[in-house]
Amino acid sequence: MSNAEKFDAIVVGAGPAGASAAAVMGRAGLNVVLLERGDVPGAKNVMGGVMYGRMVADVVPEFWKADPPLERVVAEERMWLATPDDVLSVGQRTTHVTHDDGCPNAFTVLRAKWDPWFAARAEDAGAFLVPSTTAVDVLWDDAGNVCGVRTGREDGDLYADAVVICDGVNSFLAKRARLEGHPPEPHHLALGVKEVIGLPAEVIESRFNLERGQGTTIEIYGSVTQGHSGYGFVYTNRDSLSLGVGVLVSHLMRTKRTPYDLLEQMKQHPMIRPLIAGGDVLEYSAHAIPEGGYDAMPRLYGGGVLIAGDAAMMVNGLHREGSNLAAAAGRMAGETVVEAHRRNDFSARSLAAYEAKLRDSFVVKDLVKYRHLPAFADRRPDLFEIYPRLMNRAVHEMLTVDGLPKRDKQRKIARDFLAARRPLQLVRDLYETWKVIR
Amino acid sequence: MSADRPADAPMRVEDKLFTLRWKHDKQSHIDITAPEVCVETCRGEWQRPCTTFCPAKVYEWQAEQEKIVIYFENCVECTTCLLGCPYRVIDWRHPRGGYGIQYKNG
Repeated sequence: MSNAEKFDAIVVGAGPAGASAAAVMGRAGLNVVLLERGDVPGAKNVMGGVMYGRMVADVVPEFWKADPPLERVVAEERMWLATPDDVLSVGQRTTHVTHDDGCPNAFTVLRAKWDPWFAARAEDAGAFLVPSTTAVDVLWDDAGNVCGVRTGREDGDLYADAVVICDGVNSFLAKRARLEGHPPEPHHLALGVKEVIGLPAEVIESRFNLERGQGTTIEIYGSVTQGHSGYGFVYTNRDSLSLGVGVLVSHLMRTKRTPYDLLEQMKQHPMIRPLIAGGDVLEYSAHAIPEGGYDAMPRLYGGGVLIAGDAAMMVNGLHREGSNLAAAAGRMAGETVVEAHRRNDFSARSLAAYEAKLRDSFVVKDLVKYRHLPAFADRRPDLFEIYPRLMNRAVHEMLTVDGLPKRDKQRKIARDFLAARRPLQLVRDLYETWKVIR
Repeated sequence: MSADRPADAPMRVEDKLFTLRWKHDKQSHIDITAPEVCVETCRGEWQRPCTTFCPAKVYEWQAEQEKIVIYFENCVECTTCLLGCPYRVIDWRHPRGGYGIQYKNG
């Protein structure tokens, strides 16, 4: 390795995790290379996409003043429980769209536009971005620590004191770096398919009753996933909508339904069709989402190596959070390497501080909180159908004024519930659901 | 508002893929390590789920040829097949640097 180039740190993947790690290390004066397999950051990346400002601001202070390519600041969040004919809607519209310092709480993004901007902030901080370069393996030193990566390029071995793996879901480098625990299962993965549908900004603002620049998010549970565990979504962008559906891969394997068919049927839903009418499908996309939760996470560090973001299963599916966990973890990985650099100790023992930071933060705390949700969602796709149907029927009954006294209507609803589920099943469904999300 | 691909009209997956852009490599980044598994073993309980779960229709069962044909050029690199193949015989790797899907929006 005498004539090979050696860096202080190599970051693999220029998504939210990788760019955050690179920015933090670059700012501290470390010599950092940021590898990206796309020809530009974001070229390979897809998400719904809601991004959260706080975790971005922790890496790029006051980023909102630097004209970032955010689409719309979220002012209204809705959850729909859907049947084929109706939706039961709960949600909040707020005027408090920013934190006290002006940082937007949540905003929509298109990743192929957001990621280049965010990675450029890492470049500003001194990181050296190398696009069109796939890392295919890690390199080991004699002591058994990771000491670099092998890229797909000729003479493509790069050496560094520390490697930060942020290569996304189904991480290849996690396996190569021996961080992967038990191999992930199909129910640890959801498949999201999506369309970006072009509509003029005024049309979006009028359809969703929005102020200029503000946006709405809708998560849709129930019939739109057609018996698979998961949910659909509609998010407003500046002059497009992101509409998609994500379901567990373990369920798709059994049902033999195609994901694009689920998407097509969702677009025909009577409450969704008017939202997209007149729009133009600009781009279709699909990506796997690591939904395995805490128990499916890899080891988070080893000698000379750290892992963050989707590559480390850092997704909170229930709260549609992921890119913010990635940015926070990437920052903590960067900070850990900076501290290790000052000590000149990149052993596993030294890098263990990374896991301590994560455990002390919302990243691991939230994943621990919902650790039993992935197995539950895999086991109980029926709940995603039964309860949206029963609840819609109940509300519809109460809202239908047909001369039947209200007490009789309540009895009718109770009978309806008991026809679908026995009393003990109702109690058990409620208890089990509460247990995995409490 | 005139639309090239009206959002409220039915759309086949082929039309969806038509909205995408790739830099195509000559060499495939996908291989099946044990094709005989697809022919016999996977015909039973699992019925070759790659032919349905893949969002880009990369995998197609060709009855006459008795094999899965791989349209790697369609791949959008979602990585679902890595875990979705019940017998883990799909050898999917990242395309070479710079090649493959290039989302404009993502």
